Amino acid sequence: MRYVPRLMQPPEPASGRYGPYGGRYVAETLMPALDELTQAYQESQRDPAFQAELDSLLHQYAGRETPTYFAARLSEEIGARIWLKREDLCHTGAHKVNNTLGQILLAKRMGKTRIIAETGAGQHGVATATACALMGLPCEVYMGAEDVRRQAPNVRRMELLGAQVHSVTSGSSTLKDAMNEALRDWVTNVRNTHYCVGSVAGPHPYPVIVRDFQTVIGQEARAQMLEQAGKLPDAVVACVGGGSNAMGIFAGFIDDEAVRLIGVEAAGDGIETGRHAAPLCAGSVGVLHGAKSYVLQTADGQIVEAHSISAGLDYPGVGPEHAWLKDTGRATYGSVTDDAALDAFQQLCRTEGIIPALETSHAFAYLPTVAKELGPDADILVCLSGRGDKDLETVLEKLQERG
Amino acid sequence: MGRIADAFENARKENRAALVIYLCAGDPDLGTTADLVVAAAEAGADVIELGVPFSDPTADGPAIQRAAERSLRGGTTLAKVLDTVRVIRGRTDVPILLFGYYNPILSYGEKKVADDAADSGADGFLVVNLPPEESAGLRAPAVARGLDFVPLVAPTSNPERIAQAADAATSFIYYVSMTGVTGSKAVDLASASERAGALQRELGCPVAIGFGVKTKDDVATVAPHVDGVVVGSAVVRTIEDAASPEQAVASVRELVAGLTKGLIRQ
Repeated sequence: MRYVPRLMQPPEPASGRYGPYGGRYVAETLMPALDELTQAYQESQRDPAFQAELDSLLHQYAGRETPTYFAARLSEEIGARIWLKREDLCHTGAHKVNNTLGQILLAKRMGKTRIIAETGAGQHGVATATACALMGLPCEVYMGAEDVRRQAPNVRRMELLGAQVHSVTSGSSTLKDAMNEALRDWVTNVRNTHYCVGSVAGPHPYPVIVRDFQTVIGQEARAQMLEQAGKLPDAVVACVGGGSNAMGIFAGFIDDEAVRLIGVEAAGDGIETGRHAAPLCAGSVGVLHGAKSYVLQTADGQIVEAHSISAGLDYPGVGPEHAWLKDTGRATYGSVTDDAALDAFQQLCRTEGIIPALETSHAFAYLPTVAKELGPDADILVCLSGRGDKDLETVLEKLQERG
Repeated sequence: MGRIADAFENARKENRAALVIYLCAGDPDLGTTADLVVAAAEAGADVIELGVPFSDPTADGPAIQRAAERSLRGGTTLAKVLDTVRVIRGRTDVPILLFGYYNPILSYGEKKVADDAADSGADGFLVVNLPPEESAGLRAPAVARGLDFVPLVAPTSNPERIAQAADAATSFIYYVSMTGVTGSKAVDLASASERAGALQRELGCPVAIGFGVKTKDDVATVAPHVDGVVVGSAVVRTIEDAASPEQAVASVRELVAGLTKGLIRQ
């Protein structure tokens, strides 16, 4: 099986398959809305005015392009040349805004008058609330009660930005349940509401739309590496929950077959404990939230709760394109535990003066593994997907527990 | 013609709509589920939709979500639901439509589930999150084993999608009365019934209305227009409110008997 990127973007409303993955496993009520969204998205892609407006927002409002930075002190500790794509410097502090500016602009174009979103760490919720404030649309965000607790600063931010945050108490009270609740809202209010999905997950066309809006990360990083390093990186590393920052940076290098693409999942307490959030590394094929992909499930096809210190990775599914990248071998996936992520979090603070998000810390925790394999002369590009201010409480609590 | 189509045909001959009753298998336990199915059939239910619980029921409101959670906590699996169907078949011939979400079916195996469902005495499948575009893998082996495959039509479905559903239907089409989840308050059941009735005349295929039908009066609103009426969340709530499994069976029997009074077309 060879990875064929063109398959990713069906030219006409189609099933949105990545090999056997993807598709549209949703209630009939939502099917026409997905057709409508597919068509509107394709039209927007062909409309120079839409593209110009989005470009201008990305540059003048979100602060693009973001730098690629050579992390000299971290490189010394890791034992390879480490480059950071600084998505933490985007407005709102994470890559999520690349997608929400695009989607909310698209929703306006479609005449939708109300926006809903799900959020885990709160970064996508904040980015959606931000785009809605900017464009004058009402916004409601579904967030698991557990995440409302551990990501409290982001709840305040969303509220300040004018969004209404719904705390979801069903199931495991995390991202999966927030997405369930957002889907229930959407099926009820589908006529006037756009569901702003935050990752490359969900039914077609969401994995395509979100990937495309995040591709700017990879496109910029590729040009920056050529300019600053004089070569392409040997490997690109990113954390994977649903997988949007990883898909965005991978997309820039997918045709460069010599560049290794490496995704890092959350191993939570350890894969062997069963308490993790690593469907690509330790899950099986299933259907969750509208798409076929790898999921965490029981032998009877019930979805299992994920476990991760990072709210943004605490999800039992993953985008279907990652499933296809894994099967074709174009990308490889590893995992790191909560503890390793905490260590990497502190390491980046100490060596580079950058506080990364806990999600992002998983990518950093995997660097020694990659460096060991590729050697000291390797150039490794890491997607620094978000800043970690939101995680201070969680991190300090955990560090205290460790003593 | 299968048992489900027969049930609709019999009801039509009696100048009434068919009553379809939803129960979540394993709530409160699978033994009681068998008793509930028998009681509902004896009280006048024409078809049973037997819910196969799923951890993430995105099309369901709180009542059916809670029922699924209770059932899963009790250890219900698709395999055990099929065992229960086999038990039920020893006691009643009421048609049983397996109703649920796709992942447990995918995990079980599409061909295997069709074979095992047919062998257990079930009559068909309705899979909420399996639109016609994705359904070939289940529909083909199911139909090959003489099982029904029931498609859904929603208020948002356009003519092309309605035609697609009509093509896929083998016994009836499930018409979702409103944009929403199960158990929501019906916005306007009367006009939904008229739309569904027009659809039934146009397609020449029996249509049953579900979502938001709770009371005998709701049933009476719907019955003149379409061949079938589905009551789900109201039944599930009755079971939830019962003090014991025995009381749940008695209360469901009473509820169903009351609902049948709304079926007669004047």
